[in-house]
Amino acid sequence: MKANPPRGRGLTAIDGAMALIVILLIVQIWLLSATLEMFLAGHREAALPGAIVSGIIFLACLALYLFVDRVDSEVRKG
Amino acid sequence: MKLFRRPSNAPLWQDEFPFYTADERYVSRRQFTKFLTLTSLAMFAGNLWILGRSWLRREPSYPRRAVARLDEVPDGGVKIFSYPTEGDPCILVRTAADSYVAYSQKCTHLSCAVYYDRQLNQLACPCHQGFFAVADGAVLQGPPRRPLPRVVLEREGDELVAVRMEEGA
Repeated sequence: MKANPPRGRGLTAIDGAMALIVILLIVQIWLLSATLEMFLAGHREAALPGAIVSGIIFLACLALYLFVDRVDSEVRKG
Repeated sequence: MKLFRRPSNAPLWQDEFPFYTADERYVSRRQFTKFLTLTSLAMFAGNLWILGRSWLRREPSYPRRAVARLDEVPDGGVKIFSYPTEGDPCILVRTAADSYVAYSQKCTHLSCAVYYDRQLNQLACPCHQGFFAVADGAVLQGPPRRPLPRVVLEREGDELVAVRMEEGA
């Protein structure tokens, strides 16, 4: 039977994931403001790559949230 | 495979309000991570909104409209007119005896009305001290990040005719 990770390591893993999400969010905020600025300036060609990259960042954040949820589940189960 | 796994078979409220103090740190971090992820989703939705607006946006139609007579504006003078609709104020500047330029009068920062500062030979926004070049509408100073949209003018006899708008370079 697989042993559950110790509580301290679980918290460290969650803190690391949260730090990554915060970095991704900062990038996403910059991306949104830059895309909006380009759109208002009449350059519509930036909208599609902006949406694609923003979607990828959101999926990365979702994956990190699932990781946090899993760590929370495994550590507290033990 | 279940994407969202609950820590135990206990009721949901026991997961969110744990008995042990040490578990609270996990719950608060998980909840905060969820909040951050939802914030990311909101910004993705914002990008999708911009994408939808850019796809659905129709090219505006620009009528040909006489905006001033050549002798109507003195050298260094201005005339305010509306183009392409009555709700779009523009400013015409006679920069030399034979030179006319026209721009949208809405500042690209927060849409305050810009005016022509003859001493500086610049278009100035009084709200937040934004300055634009008269020659091409480029931002010279202040919070605006985009140049003023330019009204393309043509001469027809002794009249200046607006034919279209151009976004700044």
